[in-house]
Amino acid sequence: MKDIQIEAMKESPFIGLIQDSLVHPVPSPLSIRVENLNVHIYDQHILKDVNLTIPEKSITCIIGPSGCGKSTFLKTLNRMHDETPEVKIEGSVFVDGEDIYGPGVNVIDTRKKMGLLAQRPCPLPMSIFENVAYGPRIHGLKKRKALNQTVIQYLQFVGLWDEVRGRVRASATQLSIGQQQRLCLARGLAIEPEYILGDEATSALDPISTKKIEELFIKLKEKYTVILVTHTLRQARRIADYIVFMYLGKIIEVGPTEEFFNNPKKQLTKDYLSGSFS
Amino acid sequence: MQTVRAIKDKSARHIMLGIAIFALLFLVVIGLSLFLKALPIMKEKNIWVLLTSGSWRPFKGDFGFLPFILSTLYVSVIAIAIALPLSLLTSIYLNTYASRNIRRFFQPVIDLLSGIPPVIYGVWGTLTIVPLIANKIAPHFVEFSSGYTVLAGGVVLAVMILPLLISILVEVFQAIPKEMTDASLQLGATKWQTVKRVILRKSFPGIIAAIVLSVSRAFGETIAVLMVCGNITEMPHSLFDACYPLPALIANNYGEMLSMPSYESALMLAAFLLFIIIVLFNAISRVTLVQIEKRYQL
Amino acid sequence: MKKYEESFFKMLMIISALIILGVLIFIIGTVVYKGLPSLTWDMLTKLPGGGFYLGKEGGVLNAIIGSVYIIVGSLILGIFLSIPVVMFINFYLPKNSLFANIMRFSFDILFGVPSIVYGAFGFALMVYLGIRASLLGGIITVAMLIMPIMMRSLDEVTRLLSRDLPDALLSLGATKYEMIKVILRQLMPGVVTAVLLAVGRGIGDAATVLFTAGYTDNIPNALNQPAATLPLSIFFQLGSPVEEVQNRAYASAVILTVLILILSFSARYFSTKFAKHKI
Repeated sequence: MKDIQIEAMKESPFIGLIQDSLVHPVPSPLSIRVENLNVHIYDQHILKDVNLTIPEKSITCIIGPSGCGKSTFLKTLNRMHDETPEVKIEGSVFVDGEDIYGPGVNVIDTRKKMGLLAQRPCPLPMSIFENVAYGPRIHGLKKRKALNQTVIQYLQFVGLWDEVRGRVRASATQLSIGQQQRLCLARGLAIEPEYILGDEATSALDPISTKKIEELFIKLKEKYTVILVTHTLRQARRIADYIVFMYLGKIIEVGPTEEFFNNPKKQLTKDYLSGSFS
Repeated sequence: MQTVRAIKDKSARHIMLGIAIFALLFLVVIGLSLFLKALPIMKEKNIWVLLTSGSWRPFKGDFGFLPFILSTLYVSVIAIAIALPLSLLTSIYLNTYASRNIRRFFQPVIDLLSGIPPVIYGVWGTLTIVPLIANKIAPHFVEFSSGYTVLAGGVVLAVMILPLLISILVEVFQAIPKEMTDASLQLGATKWQTVKRVILRKSFPGIIAAIVLSVSRAFGETIAVLMVCGNITEMPHSLFDACYPLPALIANNYGEMLSMPSYESALMLAAFLLFIIIVLFNAISRVTLVQIEKRYQL
Repeated sequence: MKKYEESFFKMLMIISALIILGVLIFIIGTVVYKGLPSLTWDMLTKLPGGGFYLGKEGGVLNAIIGSVYIIVGSLILGIFLSIPVVMFINFYLPKNSLFANIMRFSFDILFGVPSIVYGAFGFALMVYLGIRASLLGGIITVAMLIMPIMMRSLDEVTRLLSRDLPDALLSLGATKYEMIKVILRQLMPGVVTAVLLAVGRGIGDAATVLFTAGYTDNIPNALNQPAATLPLSIFFQLGSPVEEVQNRAYASAVILTVLILILSFSARYFSTKFAKHKI
């Protein structure tokens, strides 16, 4: 009986939504919903018919073997592909109910909603203070006092304040790589986004720094929706609430963490989890 | 997003695009202006006559460019004849035989040679090469020579194009993938055999491109040659005659440009000829060099 | 036989390299030998007295200041035009766009255009615009000469820049213009190298200023006054029958050579410094 139902649902044009409702009973307004996303780079079909809802205020980890399109997917969320004309995007990405690829949507506004943490920490060529202040500044915050407060607040949040309080005017390049990544996180938070995107944000870090960043992500999900591309299954298992498994540009399986790891439904998932390929 | 930011961003883009287009057209603008300025004399006289007549008597209306064209050719050929073997040998040495320290030492030497202003080469030529030719070399061959000769121009030019030749040649040699030279050495060939059979053979087009670029540099060099070549509007018949290359013609007579419109037009024609030939040479060698780079960048 | 061939050519190679080194030393040595004795304090700080061609007194201050004015003016003009073009090519055009390739190609060609052609074109331009041989004319013409050099050098370093920084800035919601402002900070050593290379070429070139800057005993006070330059100071005064005038030419030659030496080493120093600078 159940199988017939599922077969019938597969015919339905609302398959994306239905898939979601299997996972997240109530899709909330403040979330990301991806519909029929297809991405081509030159002639290669990188992302194929991606349909997904990302639940709010939780950590969703996207996993899959390298080259499966995880990073490409992440970059569609903050319209970074605008910078590379060779990328063709079809489909819709609804952020807070509005398709960010629709007409009249300002890319700057979209990016302001997304805080991106990249794989390699990239401090701006400025002081530690200026790094965090940069975002608020360009988005209009000029008052000295307010800037100071913002910078200190976010440096405290990422746990850098105690480590750098005497030298906020020093160049950010002097920090260790783990500190730099936390600085980049503070910088991204300072623009007051709604979503935090992480593109293998800990893969360049040592285990201790990795742990610190992971703890920060867990803190963050109370206020933000966190979407992480991660390269290790173990990290996903540690911190994710939901898992999205991608392979060769397609979404294979999605589900809450425990269920995903303990009870994978697709054969491909089972193979991946057992280490048959990586 | 605030509109002020948007306006700044948009205007920045438009300004940059405008300047870029302007820069792109610059080459065309130069060529066109020179051509238009040269047009009067091309209309007045047959271009073939202009290029092949040996009589340059502007105030009588004779504008034969042959002495200047020949002078330019002679000094450039001599310059390449002297500079090519020297630079080939040196660049092969630097690429294949020299230790890292020697290479590092030579880099500033080449930089300096290419940075020395032409007028300084002219001073040096006047002080050393000209008397050398007049007193030590010419007496073996001719009865009298002032030293201000084709040979002097050639020698000075040779020294000036040496750094350019060496830099390009070294670049061309380094473009050859290490695997290829390694393969040759591993088969038991000596370095010299590798040079002969692999490096020189593979870089032949690059060597030609280097020569073409250097010759075009020699064609256009003005001040240094002007100071040592004699500037006499007669056809040079031997190495020890004075000569008068095209750039020197333009430089020496700019004052006359305003006196007679056809004189001005003739000089602009000289400039245009130089421009066209050099642009052509440059374009061909650059394309060749790019092809070479592409070929080896698999 | 084979062995001798290699040794023979090796010897030839070493001789060639030594010849080249020797030539460099010879040239600098000649200039210094002739010019150093004339390099007095007066030479550096006084204007030529009694006319630059025949007057026995004074120094070459006119040429030093004139050259400085011209090169500074053309640098300003050049930087204002070069930076936007290079930024446009690298950040506003797709990676292998035809437009970008054509632009780079045309810069390479412009780089090879001899200075006499720039001088002739500059002269024609000045006539068209009604400018006399003056400081302004010199500035415009030298600017044309050094722009391809600056653009090429700047383009080379900009291409090497990793995309991490632009991406990070754009992710924060910066506009392209705001991003470029930050990138320029990172490119500063590259800009400095480009400037040094351009100055090296521009300050020593005679053919560009021959028709366009004029010559004078004095220091120009305004853009429409003629300006003396170091290369022309050498060129015009070398042929004078008066020994003191000739000495001024040699002194100018030494000053110019020393300037070039300093510029050359600084440019190399800055370009290696840039290679080490990581973000």
